[in-house]
Amino acid sequence: MFAKAPSHSTALGPGCAGPPLANPQQLSSAQASAHERGSHQPSCGAAPFAVDASMLRSTGSQPHKHTQSPYVTGSSVLAITYAGGVMLASDTLASYGSTKRYKSVQRLVKVNDSTVLGAGGEISDLQFILNMLDDLKTEDYCADDGQSLSSQELYSYLSRVMYNRRNKMDPLWNSLIIAGLEGGKPFLGSVNMIGVAFSDDHLATGFGNHLARPLFRKRHRPDMSEEEATALIREALEVCYYRDKQSINKFQIAKVTASEGVSISEPFALPTKWEYKAFVDPTRNAVGVW
Amino acid sequence: MFRNQYDTDVVTWSPQGRIHQVEYAMEAVKQGSTAVALKSNTHVVLATLNRADSELTSSLQKIFKVDDHLGIAASGLISDGRSLCKFMRSECLNHRYVYESAMPVTRLVREVADNAQVCTQRSWKRPYGVGLLVAGHDKSGPRLFYCCPSGNYYEYLAHAIGGRSQAARTYLERKHEEYPDASLDGLIGHALQALSASLAEGELTATSCNIAYVGRDQDFKELDEASLQPYIQALRDAEGGDGGGGADGAAPMES
Amino acid sequence: MAAPPLQLHTPASIGPASGPGDIKSRPAWSPYDDNGGTCVAVAGSDYCIVAASTRLSTGFSILTRDCSKLFQISEQVYIASAGFQADIRALQKMLQTRNVMYQHIHRKPMSASALAQLLGNNLYYKRFFPYFTWNLCVGLDPEGKGSVYTYDPVGSFERVGYSCQGSGKDLIQPVLDNQLKAASPLVLPSENWMTALPLEQAQDLVRDAFVSAGERDIYTGDCVEILTITTGGVHRETLDLKKD
Repeated sequence: MFAKAPSHSTALGPGCAGPPLANPQQLSSAQASAHERGSHQPSCGAAPFAVDASMLRSTGSQPHKHTQSPYVTGSSVLAITYAGGVMLASDTLASYGSTKRYKSVQRLVKVNDSTVLGAGGEISDLQFILNMLDDLKTEDYCADDGQSLSSQELYSYLSRVMYNRRNKMDPLWNSLIIAGLEGGKPFLGSVNMIGVAFSDDHLATGFGNHLARPLFRKRHRPDMSEEEATALIREALEVCYYRDKQSINKFQIAKVTASEGVSISEPFALPTKWEYKAFVDPTRNAVGVW
Repeated sequence: MFRNQYDTDVVTWSPQGRIHQVEYAMEAVKQGSTAVALKSNTHVVLATLNRADSELTSSLQKIFKVDDHLGIAASGLISDGRSLCKFMRSECLNHRYVYESAMPVTRLVREVADNAQVCTQRSWKRPYGVGLLVAGHDKSGPRLFYCCPSGNYYEYLAHAIGGRSQAARTYLERKHEEYPDASLDGLIGHALQALSASLAEGELTATSCNIAYVGRDQDFKELDEASLQPYIQALRDAEGGDGGGGADGAAPMES
Repeated sequence: MAAPPLQLHTPASIGPASGPGDIKSRPAWSPYDDNGGTCVAVAGSDYCIVAASTRLSTGFSILTRDCSKLFQISEQVYIASAGFQADIRALQKMLQTRNVMYQHIHRKPMSASALAQLLGNNLYYKRFFPYFTWNLCVGLDPEGKGSVYTYDPVGSFERVGYSCQGSGKDLIQPVLDNQLKAASPLVLPSENWMTALPLEQAQDLVRDAFVSAGERDIYTGDCVEILTITTGGVHRETLDLKKD
């Protein structure tokens, strides 16, 4: 008689079923001892990766550490409203310092049927935030009363979360844009790592605030058609890509509309042109440089 | 209901499968005065009876505003009702602080019921001795719930609790088809009718009852004596004037 | 090496990563920012004016042109706040919550003087990690006279006849001193410090003050909200300022 296999892997938590994890193989004794040491023996014979467990334990001599600087970061997120909807855009890069470390990270995330979250800044903090939002969604699901949080409620919630973490001097290192429809009307809200929160017709985080928002201020109208909005967002993305070192030509655009709900595009590239004179010979007209 | 050897604490079952202490708590609700609630497609109305025990005392406050979108009417041990009201107010305030929106009525009622349930399962606790009619309006429209000491809660179109509430319920059941499309004034009229049906003796007056309502674009509001008077007058006219009450329909404001 | 005190005016920035032996060096980020903005309030014998610009800035960037710095507590009581916007919001939410609790208990809204004391207490309570906010508490007193309370970030406050707070304070306050001609608080017996200016002139003064501040202060601009509180109600007007 075999014990019934659990429906999910305890290692991964509920809902992550997979045959190998659901039915862990018995470890050989050598593996088992390696396992106990907290290391993994690669089959290729390379040096094992090991985590010194004592580093994870909080000891009396080591103070509890707060985030002092971000490690893996995303760059700008752009967002505008248009007639009947909101549109967000960002690239899919997560940089490690100036290394283009992860090139297919989705930074625009559907939160519920009427809300999208876009995030710049520390990617691990973003994943932590998404876990919290998932918990909220689960609560809504369990209550089973057909009610879910609106974009404005999520915006308010996230502004409290970010502000509370800054009060603890342990900030979540992100700039967030919450976008959705609030009672049929487009809504955009922005929250940053110290809890400054505001809403506007067009928003951008990071470099986008310097590069894209001047464009938005000149060209954006709340009654734009979807085509106009797409054209504006693509132009802003292009400008950001030309001038923001930490960006790549792989973008996603998210929309929230009353008719179609949330849709997030597949990644795409923009046509670029690098033959501009300023790009070919950037110092030609600059006096006093080499 | 009689005493027996299985009712000394809340954690002991009787052989019939009953928790006598919880049933006693349910009885406590009936010791209170009548509270009536009913709703239309747009509004919910709460009505309570005020019984002053003596000429020299005031009556207890039985309707409590919890938040702009929600209020309760209590029957039974009103002190327990006040403590639950305090809890509900802080829950609503917390929700507003975090989400900047009104707390959904269903979620609040669930919290209250969960609170009450704990008291039915701990030897050192006493179940609440109060029934709450919870009237609220949120994104899902007007909602009316009854929370009882057992930790159960039910949603109603119209309900009455407290002593002699059976007569009020009978009235509410007889007329329930009219409620969904009723105006606010009509709803208040029905509430007063139901309340007066439960009266042991005497007549309903503006001092012997309280009315509160909440609805679409209408914050929870308790009527004061002066604004209640016309409704009482209308009730009198309807009761006394089946023969010719319609003639002096304008009379309510004069008294 | 002792940690230097946190600097209020340093915007959040990513500093150089600290070395392993340098754990106690200055944090690479600041929990504070200065989002700018200017608030003005004038108390008259039968009115009270409160006004605030709507630009929200950080460093040399404008975050939004339309962020109200006025917050209504009850029908005739407002607070106006400039400084760090996240702290402003936290403060407003806290006062809002306290006002609801006050109303549940007392069955009436908070008066300007009650709110003034509450605000002072709460700013003082947080004095070792202050709300970086410059506040005015504004309303009518029980006699219907305008009342203005002016604060520093750690809770010192005083009832005055007029006041200005925020980034444009240095430009506007001397003009108010000059134009509203309040009696010196040193004069004995004390004289009424409330302005004798008629309502329309006071409104004009406030408008001029903001237009002038908008010329020289980069944190004041875009728009100004002006509320006039009288026993008859609250009148709201907006005045566009330069957007540069």
